[in-house]
Amino acid sequence: MEGIQTLLTKFATMKKSTKEQERTILQIFSPKYSNNPLYNNIPLATESVHAGFPSPAEDMLEESLDINKLLVKHPAATYYVRVKGESMRDAGIYDSDILVVDKSLEPTNNCIAVCYIDGEFTLKRVLINAEERTVVLMPANSNYKPITVTPDNDFIIWGIVSYVIHKIERG
Amino acid sequence: MLGLCDCNNFFVSCERAFNPSLIGRPVVVLSNNDGCVVSRSNEAKQLGIKMGEPIFQIKELVERNNVAVYSSNYILYGDLSARIMSILKESLPGIEVYSIDEAFLDMRGIPLQELQPLGLELCRKIFKYTGIPVSIGISHTKTLAKIASKLCKKYPKLNGCCLMQREEDIEKVLGKFDIGDVWGIGRRHLKFLQTYGIKSALDFARMSPYIVRKEFTITGLKTWKELRGEPCITFGEERMERAQICVSRSFATELTTFEELHQAIADFTATACGKLRRQRSICGEVMVFLLTNMHKEDAPQYFTNYIAQLPFATDSTLEILQSSVHTLKKIYREGYGYKKAGVVLGRIAPKCTMQQSLFSTADIAKEKRLMQVMDSLNNTYGNKTLVVASQGFEGIKMNRNHLSKRYTTEWEDILEVNCR
Repeated sequence: MEGIQTLLTKFATMKKSTKEQERTILQIFSPKYSNNPLYNNIPLATESVHAGFPSPAEDMLEESLDINKLLVKHPAATYYVRVKGESMRDAGIYDSDILVVDKSLEPTNNCIAVCYIDGEFTLKRVLINAEERTVVLMPANSNYKPITVTPDNDFIIWGIVSYVIHKIERG
Repeated sequence: MLGLCDCNNFFVSCERAFNPSLIGRPVVVLSNNDGCVVSRSNEAKQLGIKMGEPIFQIKELVERNNVAVYSSNYILYGDLSARIMSILKESLPGIEVYSIDEAFLDMRGIPLQELQPLGLELCRKIFKYTGIPVSIGISHTKTLAKIASKLCKKYPKLNGCCLMQREEDIEKVLGKFDIGDVWGIGRRHLKFLQTYGIKSALDFARMSPYIVRKEFTITGLKTWKELRGEPCITFGEERMERAQICVSRSFATELTTFEELHQAIADFTATACGKLRRQRSICGEVMVFLLTNMHKEDAPQYFTNYIAQLPFATDSTLEILQSSVHTLKKIYREGYGYKKAGVVLGRIAPKCTMQQSLFSTADIAKEKRLMQVMDSLNNTYGNKTLVVASQGFEGIKMNRNHLSKRYTTEWEDILEVNCR
């Protein structure tokens, strides 16, 4: 029986890829040698070897689309909140939707904002009348009443809504 | 010029950011396990509540004044801290994160007249983005910048930014600034300072450098120079990497059996090793300590610690865990109620200096891969998704009876907004 050592030496000295080389490899890894202690010392490459024609797209790889990049313009100022109720239905915001809130945005007339008024968070369209210096919080559902903010209210515009994430229920 | 950005009453401010009803009310945040007060709103400070005061001692005061009490929600605070640091980073040449609520700002090269407007703009931006009020002090040295940031809190008119540049202004401020409040002056020095009649920072800055060097060592001399406007603590020098990593907890109820402590120590070790790998370091020794309940005067008391040297410096949870559990076996005594325990990793060095031991049988490459998988699973699916079996599955019970939600890191915990 040809020793594994001999086979290895033989393999190492072969020049070209030949049928004989293939046969030698198969011999080396055949079950016949699996108990040979030398077998354990055959170094196994841990890195994969590139073979075949390189991909023509390799130099032009781009990152997959990342939804974060679309929805989150200011990561340090972005928060998520969950909607409870239907008062903003006509603005396309439904119960259980998740809102992307960007606190870096300045409130503008007609923006939809997470407001804090007298002890609770509420979602409203904010109507700002600069001339009359009034702020009205407008629901988007005729079953709910607008709120006119007065100096007596404890009122904060907590953050401006930039996107709505709504799950489409199937069937 | 150098700056220091310090978040005002940081933990309380984090709670307020997601709960505006707390604004204007006295609020306190408690340490791990709901033990002592670690953060106070200005209203709570006015009630006379002290930093570090055990909550049970002020129970009546809290009830009478309707003080809002919160357990520490480090996940929330950590997230808001990272947001603040990222805002600072993108606006400045460099920053050095000093603690969860403080960062030094590299403002070298920014024209003098732009410093104050920049500081004010950063305060405004951080408050708008996160809801956290901050104080920014700017001066010639880190020590002076820290003093300047403290002035912001004292004088609301400054709107959060204080520039201390002119010599006569600095002298005026130092003259009124208590030496005990200066960065780098330890409590142990106070007695000596008293005997010398040194009360203000200015008194100290006018001492002879020879006496300072002799009595306060080189660290004191650095503080002395820094107060005189000469930068000695340069950027990045203070703490490149942590020299020690400590994970310790107080337990909700005292632990008595070896098995309970074993689980706790394993858990702390795993957390500490995670931190170690995150800063790409290895450690050469591990200390384990146990502590009985000091507040129970009639119970038998025992405090013990032991430092075990690791056979070779490593960052593998498995290797370090072996040592810490072995150490625990050595120091554990039956018959005591343990209130607190901890693990401290020491002799920390950068990972690139790692050397194999000649006699080690550990398969380093294999363990490295295992640790990578463990870290990435725990990062992706949440802390403690994959644990070493000895950590147990239930975790250590902590008192956290007043915990707010993890508004920024858990989908189930995000803020709910009424549309009713």
